[in-house]
Amino acid sequence: MNSAGAAVIGAVFNLNHPAHTVDWHFIHMSVANVVVIALMLVVFVLALLLPFPGAAGRRGGKS
Amino acid sequence: MSAGASPPKPPRPSSWTVRVREAGVAALPPEKLLPDGQPTYVASWIYVFGVASIASLVVIVASGSILALKGPAWWHYTGVGHFFNSIHMWAVELFFFVMVVHLWGKYWMAAWRGGRARVWMTGAVTFLVAVPTALTGYVSQQNFDAQWISTQAKDGLNSVGVGAFFNVTNFGQMYSYHVLLLPLAVVGLVAAHVLLVRNHGVVPPFELDKRAAFAPAKPSTDPPAATPAGGHL
Repeated sequence: MNSAGAAVIGAVFNLNHPAHTVDWHFIHMSVANVVVIALMLVVFVLALLLPFPGAAGRRGGKS
Repeated sequence: MSAGASPPKPPRPSSWTVRVREAGVAALPPEKLLPDGQPTYVASWIYVFGVASIASLVVIVASGSILALKGPAWWHYTGVGHFFNSIHMWAVELFFFVMVVHLWGKYWMAAWRGGRARVWMTGAVTFLVAVPTALTGYVSQQNFDAQWISTQAKDGLNSVGVGAFFNVTNFGQMYSYHVLLLPLAVVGLVAAHVLLVRNHGVVPPFELDKRAAFAPAKPSTDPPAATPAGGHL
């Protein structure tokens, strides 16, 4: 594969190095895992707060 | 025969298939198995993650089946194989992402309320079984990554004494676990979980539960409010 093809299918980030980690006392996690856990927390909070499409109408007895 | 004689009772079926059918229909009548509506409180984003987990599981099983048909080395030397391997891997990432949010939501709702202990337990066990299902996939990749993971996992498993029964450096054993035994367990547990949800209904919010506890004993004649949006679990 030529270099242009490799660039198209290549990773967005440079992965050609050991993983970056977060270290705090006994906690030792890769940055990628920390990002995923943070995203899960954000999605969880958004799922609780964001209104569901059409929910207000149904609760008002318009269904 | 006298006119007042009661009609004879139908004989009790001796066939086990009839007994299983009658027990199945009694536990899950068709309107409960495939309802046309859900309670209004289900109209919330937090109730979407269960069905999102099932959707990603369908993609995992479909892409995994294609990879199994072509063999474990196919994805190394073809672009199409690499594509399906990536679909499989990212569907697993999505599966765990939405399943964990689903689990958090149900934990904070105390979703085992109202006789739903088996619903909660099948869900929690599904999560626990899904973890080794994914890990056996990582050691089935047939590359240096798989070698590294299996040799690290070997030491951990030997330290707790299960290495002789579950040998992560035995590719054949791990591949069998990954493509047959553990997926069967996950799909079976998910099926049981969904049927139990259909049987017991989606857990209500705490406020509704408390109101029901203090409600008069006389049953209400009003039908429960329902949304037309079926399908949320």
